[in-house]
Amino acid sequence: MQYMLIMRADDDAVATYREIPFEQVIEAMGKYNESMMEAGVLIAGEGLSDASEGFVVDFSADPPLVTDGPYGETKELFNGFWILEVSSKEEAAEWASRCPLGPGAKLEVRRVTGPEDFPADNEWVQKEEGWREEQAARKAADAPGGVAG
Amino acid sequence: MTEPVMEPATGDDRARRADDSARRAVVAVWRIESARIVATLTRFTGDFALAEDLAQEALADALVQWPAQGAPRNGAAWLTAVAKRKAIDHWRRRERYDERLAAIAHDLERAEHEAADAVPWDPDAIDDDVLRLVLTACHPVLSPQARVALTLRVVAGLETAEIARAFLVPVATIQQRIVRAKQALAEACVPFETPARAERAQRLGAVLGVVYLIFTEGHAATAGDEWMRPDLAREAVRLARVLAALQPEEPEVHALLALLELTAARFPARVGADGEPVLLADQDRRRWDRAAIRRGRAALRRAEGFGRGLGPYGLQAAIAECHAVASDVASTDWARIVAAYDGLLQLSPSPIVALNRAVAVSMTEGPAAALAIVDALAGERALRTGHLLPSVRGELLARLGRDAEAREAFALAAERAQNARERAVLLARAAAGR
Amino acid sequence: MQFMLIMRDEDAAAVERRDAPFEAMLERMGRYNRAMADAGVLVSAQGLASPGTGIVVDFSADPPLVTDGPYGETKELCNGFWVIDVPSRDAAVEWASRAPLGPGTKLELRRVHGEEDLRR
Repeated sequence: MQYMLIMRADDDAVATYREIPFEQVIEAMGKYNESMMEAGVLIAGEGLSDASEGFVVDFSADPPLVTDGPYGETKELFNGFWILEVSSKEEAAEWASRCPLGPGAKLEVRRVTGPEDFPADNEWVQKEEGWREEQAARKAADAPGGVAG
Repeated sequence: MTEPVMEPATGDDRARRADDSARRAVVAVWRIESARIVATLTRFTGDFALAEDLAQEALADALVQWPAQGAPRNGAAWLTAVAKRKAIDHWRRRERYDERLAAIAHDLERAEHEAADAVPWDPDAIDDDVLRLVLTACHPVLSPQARVALTLRVVAGLETAEIARAFLVPVATIQQRIVRAKQALAEACVPFETPARAERAQRLGAVLGVVYLIFTEGHAATAGDEWMRPDLAREAVRLARVLAALQPEEPEVHALLALLELTAARFPARVGADGEPVLLADQDRRRWDRAAIRRGRAALRRAEGFGRGLGPYGLQAAIAECHAVASDVASTDWARIVAAYDGLLQLSPSPIVALNRAVAVSMTEGPAAALAIVDALAGERALRTGHLLPSVRGELLARLGRDAEAREAFALAAERAQNARERAVLLARAAAGR
Repeated sequence: MQFMLIMRDEDAAAVERRDAPFEAMLERMGRYNRAMADAGVLVSAQGLASPGTGIVVDFSADPPLVTDGPYGETKELCNGFWVIDVPSRDAAVEWASRAPLGPGTKLELRRVHGEEDLRR
């Protein structure tokens, strides 16, 4: 199962973070990322640029309204994320606890939904026009596992 | 089957749930640290089998103590220290100080060896205990089955019961397999070290083979009622990622990772509403895991980037990539797929590869040309008893409009299929004749 | 450059989404994802399981304190996201505006760090 680790930092934490030498931050995060790569659990991870650089698209208007600037307050923001593939919620929590973050910072850990969360007989799979044209006559083999796809 | 009855939670239930959650927390640490702990202990004791036993005993202690007394700050250090103490107790109990001395001497020797390796730069030296552990678990003196069991237990940190469940065999069978494997390693006096460069490529090949075997068992279960066991396949992908991090200079490691990611990307579309297998041509490609495809393609580019051409895993990954990037069967680059199969046949001729190539040929040259290839393969020993050849034959015959013959071929394939889900699909096609 | 589109729901929007026909929503999302995949801009898209099943790890304590979720209020939550790779900020705005979302829902767009940000 996959979990997303969402980095959240309040104003104080952001200010404290700015005082730490950049190289030191990069190194600590690099080591953390490397340990997760070596364990084969890290499948994606990105840092986000400063929130003031961001913008918001509001779907309450039609067409949606685009405004510059951060979304909400600092504590509502997130600054980066990791996606881990692990065998249990506890394993996700264990990795999250090892993250080199300090006071004021939190990690929100959420399970990423997969196909098991959706009804398997759902129709959207079959709807789009032209999608399934001609395919009835064409079964293909591929490796590994041969003809079954 | 009876419906479970919901009862109000009692104090006992709550305690059991708390216990269960504490237990899972210990197991989580174990999954992360087990390989490193066993590797460190093997170096400490000079005895892989003993190290594995001690680590398991330390885990058992943790399962009792952590829930009661709280988890230690550094779980890995705790487990390693407890296991080392157990090692010393073990030697003392057996009054074999000589062994202990030998082990300590071994440790010192290694430390010196490492110091020597550290300067200035030795391309042969890979200072990684985990890599040594993987190579030991996949050692050629072991049977493929033993390699798989040992790798899942010591490298992936799975419990014996989990491995047994994954392979649908009794727990005792896996236990026995692991005990025998450890005996075989001890009898062969397999040293805990990284082989020299010449031998390393071959040994690494064995490791990749084990990971591939674990994946294929999860990808297309050979027995049982379920068509796939994705957990097992995902464990294999994780192991491939571990290897790619350990051996970034080996193109075939990246190629294997690419193959597994690209194949696993199709999992969400491979199982139908009733758990039946959905053939590649019928899969809804919108359900494919785009992030996995991206990771797979990136790994394949890395493998190609070495400029040494692709090996067997790389060629299979290239085939998987052709499917991954095509929006449907018609727009798939079948010519590139046929070429990749040609390459595979050159590297390691196999009737199964030839059969798969025939299917690709049916897309470039039509079903008649493919049927000729398939019929020429009919005498091959590897295809004589399985369901693959008759099911491909049935497919091609159906496309040629030879419905009666197609029906016969599908019926034969259904008779030979081991997997219940697969058999059901083939029977349905035998009834339909197309 | 890459942008992350972060889905944010207000309470009312979350309720409305829950009540809306699930299949129709899935179909619209399926179309949207397919359009971005066809255009070659979609890097990844994931939904997140309900916030109540989440965990929060607080680094104000040492060792960090692990508690069961959710994190904060509804509008602070992220319920799904897309990462897209587009040539410009305008292209990101364009793709974001096409998302099949309704009243009470916002998309927060943030540029994803690239190599260039490491040379600060």
